[in-house]
Amino acid sequence: MSIARFWRETPRRYNLGGSRCLNCTNVYFPPRAVCPSCTAHRQSLGKMEPFQLSGEGEVISYTIVHDPAEGFEMQVPYALALVRTPEGPVLTGQVVDISPEEVRIGLTVRATFRKLREEGKAGVIHYGYKFTPSQAAPSPDRRGAVAESVAEPTATGNAAT
Amino acid sequence: MKAGIVSYGAYVPRYRITPTEIGKVWGVDGAGMGVALNVHRKSVPSPDEDTITISTEALRVALARGGIDPQELGAIYVGSESHPYAVKPTATVVAQAVGATPNLTAADFEFACKAGTAAIQTCLGLVGADMVRYGVAIGSDTSQGAPSDALEYSASAGGAAFIIGREKVIARVLHTVSYTTDTPDFWRREGQRYPSHSGRFTGEPAFFRHVTECARRIMDVASTTPASYAHVVFHQPNGKFPTRVGKQLGFTEAQMEHGLVTPYIGNTYSAAALIGLSNVLDHARPGQRVLVVGYGSGAGSDAFDIEITDDIDRYDRSVGLPVEAFLHGGVEIPYAVYAKFRGKIHLGGS
Repeated sequence: MSIARFWRETPRRYNLGGSRCLNCTNVYFPPRAVCPSCTAHRQSLGKMEPFQLSGEGEVISYTIVHDPAEGFEMQVPYALALVRTPEGPVLTGQVVDISPEEVRIGLTVRATFRKLREEGKAGVIHYGYKFTPSQAAPSPDRRGAVAESVAEPTATGNAAT
Repeated sequence: MKAGIVSYGAYVPRYRITPTEIGKVWGVDGAGMGVALNVHRKSVPSPDEDTITISTEALRVALARGGIDPQELGAIYVGSESHPYAVKPTATVVAQAVGATPNLTAADFEFACKAGTAAIQTCLGLVGADMVRYGVAIGSDTSQGAPSDALEYSASAGGAAFIIGREKVIARVLHTVSYTTDTPDFWRREGQRYPSHSGRFTGEPAFFRHVTECARRIMDVASTTPASYAHVVFHQPNGKFPTRVGKQLGFTEAQMEHGLVTPYIGNTYSAAALIGLSNVLDHARPGQRVLVVGYGSGAGSDAFDIEITDDIDRYDRSVGLPVEAFLHGGVEIPYAVYAKFRGKIHLGGS
């Protein structure tokens, strides 16, 4: 994707910037210039305002990807889901910070900001939304495993930065 | 000083690896290394996480907790030694991602592990001079140690964002001082993938000298003693240095408890002291005094004498995850997955 095209889409990819029809109040993502729901489309002309989605949502369908798209090789297998937002639009996005076998229909998620792809080692890096479970419940407490005592420094253990 | 912390947020990636697991690969007593360093797990970023995404997550939490309109932010500074671009600011992407553009100033800071505290000082100046209503200082890193190097057992990833302002201040900064010298204890040359360090030299003449001198200096300026503080936070490249310097200065383990997070998540570099401060703020009560002493190789220390205000009781700390959730949580991964996530596996090609 060209830099210019991605840059134009930054508001929607970074901040879930959609649009809302002031005539019928329907919300659209990606944003639309004309409302397809209003029977006479001209009714919505000049009445489409920017609208930012909350980032909340619920998985209504998903698939586990084993044959990745270019740039996603390090994340296989990963979940790609359809997420219905409370504002109405259904978004497609990767669900991260969860084991693929734990993804299910009805899972509540929220948008998170992640790296989408890189244009090679020297090219631009593209960022945007993915989804993560809403309540990322901490795993069992392992804090007790941390040693209370502090050993004396070793020759290899001093790097401070 | 009327300015202080209005809101804050911290973020640590989900994955963890233990020194034992790292040591297995390199034929080293990893468990012993973990005990020696007092680092028993370190965080590992996902392949789709970097300093920009971590900074954004932390700042979004800070904005939500404080109920602050991002358009009110007048400055965003991101301190890190792992900015994704050598040329192109991290701060511009973060500003766009939180909806703060275009009417603000933004820049990246680098001073090894203390770029975040330097950013806080800059924001205090801007806010104090009434140039901006709110300034944002972020410390965030995804730093790496070379495979098998001692740093590999501690170098981790995380970030913390602080919104500095004059209204509804939850933690007022009463004093701040710095201590800076030219000390080559740790560095990374342009184009080099991994940092270099001078072994034991990173200890006494570097970390201990700067932290101790800076801590003593701020207590002189503030006319305080260690007993004046309910909490103290030091830079924490591992779990043993801050503990040792704290004892040398006369602080107790109870004062250091909440500020010490590296044993659970590793050394988050520019974020280390700031995630420790975030954990302190998660637990702090009005009237308590907090001492923070950061450190960055190269070298320098920034210290902050902070007083928790009554407004912290009206501040919504329930938004987002508390730091304890990151200390306790996470999913452990084997070295092979860690190596894949961190780009340590050569996949062919140029």
